[in-house]
Amino acid sequence: MQRRPDDLSALMRAANRGDDGAYRQLLTALVPRVRAAVRAGLARSGRGGADPEDVVQETLLAIHLKRQTWDEAQPLEPWVRAIARHKLIDHLRRNGSRVTLDVNDLADQLAAPRDEQAEAVADSIELMTCLDDRQRAIVTGVSLEGRSAREVGDKLGLSEGAVRVALHRALKAMAAFRTRSET
Amino acid sequence: MRTDELVDALVADTATRPPALTRRILLAALLGLAVSVGLFAVTLGPRADLAAAFGSWRFLLKLALLTVAVVLAVFDCVRAARPETESFASRASLLVPLLIFASIALELLVTPSETWERRLIGSNALVCLTAIPLLSLAPLAALLIAMRDGAASVATRAGAATARLAAALAALLYALHCFDDSPLFVATWYTLATLPVIALGALVGRRVLRW
Repeated sequence: MQRRPDDLSALMRAANRGDDGAYRQLLTALVPRVRAAVRAGLARSGRGGADPEDVVQETLLAIHLKRQTWDEAQPLEPWVRAIARHKLIDHLRRNGSRVTLDVNDLADQLAAPRDEQAEAVADSIELMTCLDDRQRAIVTGVSLEGRSAREVGDKLGLSEGAVRVALHRALKAMAAFRTRSET
Repeated sequence: MRTDELVDALVADTATRPPALTRRILLAALLGLAVSVGLFAVTLGPRADLAAAFGSWRFLLKLALLTVAVVLAVFDCVRAARPETESFASRASLLVPLLIFASIALELLVTPSETWERRLIGSNALVCLTAIPLLSLAPLAALLIAMRDGAASVATRAGAATARLAAALAALLYALHCFDDSPLFVATWYTLATLPVIALGALVGRRVLRW
């Protein structure tokens, strides 16, 4: 099936069928969109200068860990927007604002990426501080060092399966990190 | 951690596929229901004249109404697990109160008014008010665990929607025991019995369905 690179729904459907290339393409396309939306949301709540990257990363983690909650019959964008909005509101509450955001406020923003390359290397406050040494080695191995699960396993003396399980747990811990530290 | 590194880590994690949402919720409902069926079998058990009851239109109407309530609650539970959902119930779920009112109207039409009070009070009201909440606990627990994999935008409302399904399952089970088939009884006591369950679901959901 032919798919346009900007058809995010088609990319996610392909990713759900096991197409990792499509998944990478999708996440890469979402990053600037989510960032623009978060930045606009921050500005609207009077925090225009705030660094959006924490919220962007939390949103990406949630998109990943909750991707089964997207209904393939629906367009992907409203679902992504709802997650970004949820994480943004969560972030603003944690930082002491009482806010209500209109979902539709994020609507136009999601379609308007900007400065993609310049911001691709944007950093966030260390999400990995919640991980133990082994988890950190695994996450760093597959991301920063770009190794496969098997290579990371060989290095750490773990099976490929054990690395995959540990990586998944580490991502879940990172996703729960801020929600938990709040209460 | 840089955002592009996070993307690398997420792509590397695709070997662990999350289970499909609807299947996960249906499995949890069945698992919780199985526990409640066991509990039901050793405590209340089905009514002695169950086979004969299937010949009564009131009994069949009761089962039909509760089955519709269960099916719609399943849809609303799955719906509540999606982040775009803000409301407690879908518009389709209005069918349940509509059917309840229709069945009340039917009962009032076909029965003499002297019998209304007896039909409303029945003989099992207290058992109904106790059994339905108790039988809904196992499905509620199983469903809330499943819903934690979801992404409910409003945790309290999603907890209430989850509890609605648990209570509907418990009510369907209890309906096999209860002799009071009059729509007047069902509409009153079954509805009252689900309220504490929904309150509990909202309360627990508020804590456990955050993400």
